[in-house]
Order: sequence, then structure tokens, then C-alpha cells
Amino acid sequence: MRVARADSARLPWTEADADFMTGMIGHHAQAIVMSRLVATHGASAPVQRLAARIINAQQDEIALMQRWLRDRSQPVPDLSVPQAAMRGMDHAAHMPGMLTPVQLTDLGQARGGEFDRKFLTYMLQHHRGAMVMVDKLFQTPGAGQDEATFKIANDVQADQGTEINRMTIMLLTLPGDRP
Amino acid sequence: MKHLARLLLATLATATIASTAFAQGAPTPDPRVGLRGGTQAANGAVTPAAEAAWNIRLLSNTMPPAPFMGQTNSDLAFTGKYVIQGNYAGPIVWDISNPAHPVLTKTDLCPASQNDVSVYKHLMIMSNESNSGRLDCGGGGISDTVSAERLRGVRIFDIRDINNPKYVANVQTCRGSHTHTIVTDPKDPDNFYIYISGQAGVRSPNELAGCSNRPLSEDPGSSRFRIEVIKVPVAHPEQAAIVNSARIFNDLAAPPEHGLGADDLLEIEAARRSGAFIATIGSDQIVLPPQFVAPMLDSVVKARNGTGAPTGADSAAFRAYLPTLIAMLVGGGEGPSGPDQCHDITVYPGIGLAGGACGGYGLLLDIKNPANPVRIGAVSDSNFSYWHSATFNNDGTKLLFSDEWGGGGAPKCRASDKPEWGADAIFALENGKLTFKSYYKLPAAQTAFENCVAHNGSLIPIPGRDVMVQAWYQGGISVFDFTDASHPTEIAYFDRGPVDSTRFTMGGSWSVYWYNGVIVSSEIARGLDIFELLPSAHITQNEIDAAKTVRFEQLNVQNQPKFIWPTTFALARAYIDQLERTKGFKASMITTTRADLARAEKLRPAARKRALVALAAHINRDAPGAPEHEKVHKLATIVAALR
Repeated sequence: MRVARADSARLPWTEADADFMTGMIGHHAQAIVMSRLVATHGASAPVQRLAARIINAQQDEIALMQRWLRDRSQPVPDLSVPQAAMRGMDHAAHMPGMLTPVQLTDLGQARGGEFDRKFLTYMLQHHRGAMVMVDKLFQTPGAGQDEATFKIANDVQADQGTEINRMTIMLLTLPGDRP
Repeated sequence: MKHLARLLLATLATATIASTAFAQGAPTPDPRVGLRGGTQAANGAVTPAAEAAWNIRLLSNTMPPAPFMGQTNSDLAFTGKYVIQGNYAGPIVWDISNPAHPVLTKTDLCPASQNDVSVYKHLMIMSNESNSGRLDCGGGGISDTVSAERLRGVRIFDIRDINNPKYVANVQTCRGSHTHTIVTDPKDPDNFYIYISGQAGVRSPNELAGCSNRPLSEDPGSSRFRIEVIKVPVAHPEQAAIVNSARIFNDLAAPPEHGLGADDLLEIEAARRSGAFIATIGSDQIVLPPQFVAPMLDSVVKARNGTGAPTGADSAAFRAYLPTLIAMLVGGGEGPSGPDQCHDITVYPGIGLAGGACGGYGLLLDIKNPANPVRIGAVSDSNFSYWHSATFNNDGTKLLFSDEWGGGGAPKCRASDKPEWGADAIFALENGKLTFKSYYKLPAAQTAFENCVAHNGSLIPIPGRDVMVQAWYQGGISVFDFTDASHPTEIAYFDRGPVDSTRFTMGGSWSVYWYNGVIVSSEIARGLDIFELLPSAHITQNEIDAAKTVRFEQLNVQNQPKFIWPTTFALARAYIDQLERTKGFKASMITTTRADLARAEKLRPAARKRALVALAAHINRDAPGAPEHEKVHKLATIVAALR
């Protein structure tokens, strides 16, 4: 069995930590699927910029969480092929904030200004779900003692909290004259 | 490839600036790109990666002893000949009298994160944010979600005998302490203050009485949307306590969170009577702008398969749906909350201001009354994610914010990462107003195995210029000049390849600070690094010598001290070198002044004084026509005051 690196395995991790990582990987995967739509759905420049940031940030976090699981010999959700990504999302379907297939289709059918509005609305729902997952983690006895888990969970909370504020303001000030 | 091309263009632009501003450009191709990586064993031991250095020399690299090796090294504080290095296992004290051979003085096991340290007189402060930190500094963590044994907040140690630090007090806070800032009151040396920063979750009121995670609209005593201010009596650290929970974020987000004035309420009532759509978010009411309402009404029309202008029934339907919509948008009526904590605050008591890096905003605070910081300005930037820290220039005319995008554990300096993301943003500061000038990001692409983003740094006291050394995690350290706020330019660097050449591993410089003539860096995985700055076309030996005349008894970089340069020949020569470099004074006068200064230095005191006064008069006479006449006059003043 592989020994976890000293810098990230000072205190024992728990099942709840591993569940959080596994679930959050699927959760992030859906945010990336949503964000990739901006290129083809007539999103405005600010929404495109926001989506590019979400893709960049959450891809890196997925890699980080996959490493965490791999270092602890845990099953690692593989998102490298689309089918697996969908399975990962299915696995995470019960996670708070996840879009239902109907909501995903709804977003996929929107274009232009309507897409912007729906993207922000659904991404707000999605980000809020991530915050709930972090809260849940820290309410679990023994969880979040591992420094790496603590850091990832707090980074998710800080970054997505900042984005929630930004998206809410964007949503309330969207120009209405777009087609 | 497109990203790469853009990065290359950006790098090229930087190089162009460098070659116009300075005689000598950086080496090309940049030797930092593609450095060979090292390896890291399970116990934390590392075999070295390749290094690249430009205008800087590594004097020493020292690993901590076993229990600390493989644990994260964090922030630095300085007292006398010692540097205290935070480490997730506890503080490490090094004697750096000989920077080429730091000597381990003392370690204390006290596991927690981030164990950021600072010092004031005989006291050392250490931050803990994590859930695993124990009141008694013991190991093993705490698995209960609510526990009387947990410490989240700050610990205070008496370090009068640095070989035997005594843990004398602690102050518990509702969100723990990710970092903290010591705030000194120029009028009150008997007390000092600590501002607590950190965005981690709020503790249960069962663990720490009074903690509340509820939104402000529901609980005016919420532990969010505030920074804790702790007052510490120097002679009685055991009496340290929270004296204020400053609500510096109020009314920052648009729309406001709470507290509408009477006029606002009248306005809303008038709007309601005239048929406007009013959204109720928490305790706030907002008149929805037409650009929000019009497309919504159109959707209502579309929903009934209608066409044309919305009818009264459509309006009524939308009005009825509005509360549901708002609840969906803002989540349970909580409302867009704005930032509710800071990551880090840098105070500059010398000018009575602080810069706060706070959840998507850069804040400017008035700290003339240190117990009660008041927000006087705020900036945001769509290219910035989570604002990390702030640094003023020495004059207080610029404020640099950094963005620790991805939290420091992600590789954000790849060729595909935008140069304005995870960077510094430099603002001009005038009459309390911040104006954006430029971004600065490490101009050398790093690999996906290297966590890299803007992190902690300090000014280097080069007189007459704004020069900073900054940590970029595994991007290494970068020294840059931002005297021209619109064109920051790199002038020195040091970098290593990835900690591990086969996989991503956390590492790199957490903090790098100038302290009494040397540059000290806390390397997360690779120990303590000490550097010296080398003279180059960008910085002369005289400028370095002048920087070395600025000395402090203690240094906490986030409690930014004002540099005051003693009047020395090195200082005068530093200004002459700068005037020559920028062609700010005519070449013949540069030559004359240098020669006269050298001659005067060798004279006996009385004759020397006469020669210097004469030289100062000569410089002043020629100043008016000089392109940089202000600096020339300053040079004259220094020369006249030399002894």
C-alpha cells in the first residue's frame, strides 16, 4: 500500500473526508460541463470570463482531489472520458445544488441573454450546494482534521462564496436589451 | 497554442519595457522555464531540483529537524538576530546572525494550521484556524465537532528567553485565525492590537459562546461580516481579549445588506405606488431596474404562448412569482451578502491606513484609532478571485493587492493561465482614492507540478524607488520595481524546479521578506532560504548599501514599518546612480558629484563639512534644468546633511 505524503497526512482522514472529495469531484465536473456551454450559446463577455475562470479553477481542484484520493488508495472518479464524467455526475446526483437533467437541458436550450440569465441562476444554485457540502463536512465528527481536506474545503468555500456574490450582482444587473 | 502566444507576447512586452527602462535585459530564454525537478521522500526529505537565479544569490538553504520536516513551513517574523518560521507542527526559531549558516535555536511542537507568527516586544503571536488545533498544543487533533479542548484563534507566547518560549495566553475566535496582523498604536506603546483574518467556518455556539453563522439580516450579532480586534496589554498578555468586532463590510455589496435610511424607504414606497417591482431580500427592499424586469415580463408573455407587450395580468403574474424567483436567485431570502471576512490585512500605522484583501474586494481602512478600523474605500476587479494581501509603497501613494487565486495549492502560472489572473494589481492611492494602474505576474511559465500564484512579499528599502520581493510558491521569488505603477518590471529572481519531478507536490516560497540586509524565504517543503541581492544594471551596489542602512529591531511585514534612511554616503551615491540610470541629471554633474563626494569623504570633519556644503550648493544651482529636479534637490539636501 502506498504511503501518503507526509505533508498531507499528519492526522488520520475519515470516510467523510473521502466521501467529500469523491462527491465534490462529480460536483465540480458538472460545473465544468455547464461552463463549457458558454462558447456555443451566445454568452456575454462577462459570463464567458466567469465561465473560463470556473473551468480553470475547478479543473485544478479536481486534479487536487483526485491526487488526495489516489495517495490514500481510494477509488478515484475518472473524468477523462465523457461517459465516465457523466457517471461521476450521476454518482454525485444526490449532492446539494446539482442540476437535474431537466435543468441541464433547459440551460442547454437557452441562447444569448436568456442563456446568461439561466447560467447565472443555475450556477448560483450549484455553488450554494458546494457551500452546503462544506458545512456538512465540518459537522461530521472526525472530518476535516486532515490539513489537506481542511484547506480544500475552505478554498472551495472562499472561492465559490466570492463567485456567488459576483454572480448575484451580475444577475441583478444583466442588460435586458440582448436578444 | 493561442494562450501560449498571448503569454509570449506579454513576456515580450515586459522585456521591451525592461530594455527601454534599463540598460541590461534579463537572460533569454528565461532559465526558469523547464527547470529540472527533484524528488521528495515520504518522510519529507528532498533531493534538490535545478535552480535559476538572476541578480540574486542563495546564501543558505537549511532544512528543519525531523518532526518539522515534511510539514508545511508558513509565515515569518523577525526579532533581533532571529527569524521565527511558522510550521504546521509548531514554530521554529533560527539564529541568522550568519546568513550563510543559520543555527537552529529552538523548536516547539504545537501542531495547527497555519501557525502564522508575529512578534511584538517579548511576545510572539501564532494563528490557528484548523479544527485539529488543541488548546494544549498537543498532537492527535480533535475529532469531536464540539470540544472544549479545541483552540481556534491566536496563541500568545512569552519569548523573553527565546530558548524557552512560554505559552502564556490564547484568545478564541469564532472563525479561528487564518492569519493575523499586529497593529501598533503610535500613541500607546503599552498595548497593541491584533486584527484576525480568515474565512473558515463559524464555530458552534456550544463550543464558543456567542458564535453565530446566521446572516446579518437575521442576527445582528452574526460572526460573519466582521473582523475581530484583540487588544493585548504588553505587560499582561493573559488579559488579551477581543475589544471590537469591526463591521467593515457593511453596505459593501450592491444591493445593500441592511439598514436602509428613512429617505430610501420613502423612495421605495413612492416607487411601489407608481407600480415598480420591488424585490425583498432579507430585510432589504430593492427597486428592480427595468433591464431586469423587461425580459422577465417577456418570459411571462412567452410562457402563455403570447406575443406583444405584457398585459396587466402578466405583470400581476410576475409580481406573484417574484418572491419565489428572488428566493431562487439569492437562496432562502438571505441576499447577496458581499464579503464577510478578510484573508489578510496589512496595516501601515505610519500613515494611519490599512489595506484589506477581503473576499473579492480590496479595502482601504482608516486605522488612526486602531481599536476601531473604519472602511474608507473599496475596489473590486473582475480578473481577481480571492484577494489575498496588500502592500503599500513607502510613501503611501500606491497600494498593491495580490490575488491568491486557487488558494495557493494550484498551479496558476502555466503558459495557459492568463497573466492578469492570480497576479498583483497595483493601484495609485491619492486622497483615499484607489485607481487601478496595472497587473504584475511572475513572467516565467511554470509546470503543472508547481503550485504558483501571487503570495507574500515585502518592500526592499531601495531609497527613491518602489521595489518589492515577492513569493510565488514554486514559481520562486521575484524582485520587481513598481516605481512606475503602470509598468512594473522584474529586476531579479530565484527559482527551483518542481519539488517532485514526477507528480504535483505542495512546495515553494510561502513568504519572502527583506530583513536587515538579507532576503529570507520560508520554503514550504524545502526549509529556510536566505539570499543576498546582487548589484546589476537594475540595482547598484550603492543602492543595496543604502537599503542595508535601514534596520529594525523587529519586523512583522503585515505591520508595515516606514523606511527612514539614515543620511549616509551610500544614500547620496544611491541617488546619484539613479539619476545616472534615468538620465535625470546631466552627465557632467553626475561625474563631478561622484568625484567631489569621494574627495570629501577622505577629508577631516571640518574640511569635509565645508566641501559637502559647497557641493550641495553646486547641485542645487544646477537642479532647476534637470529632468528630475526634485530628486536632484533631495540629493543636495542629503549631501548638505552628511557628516
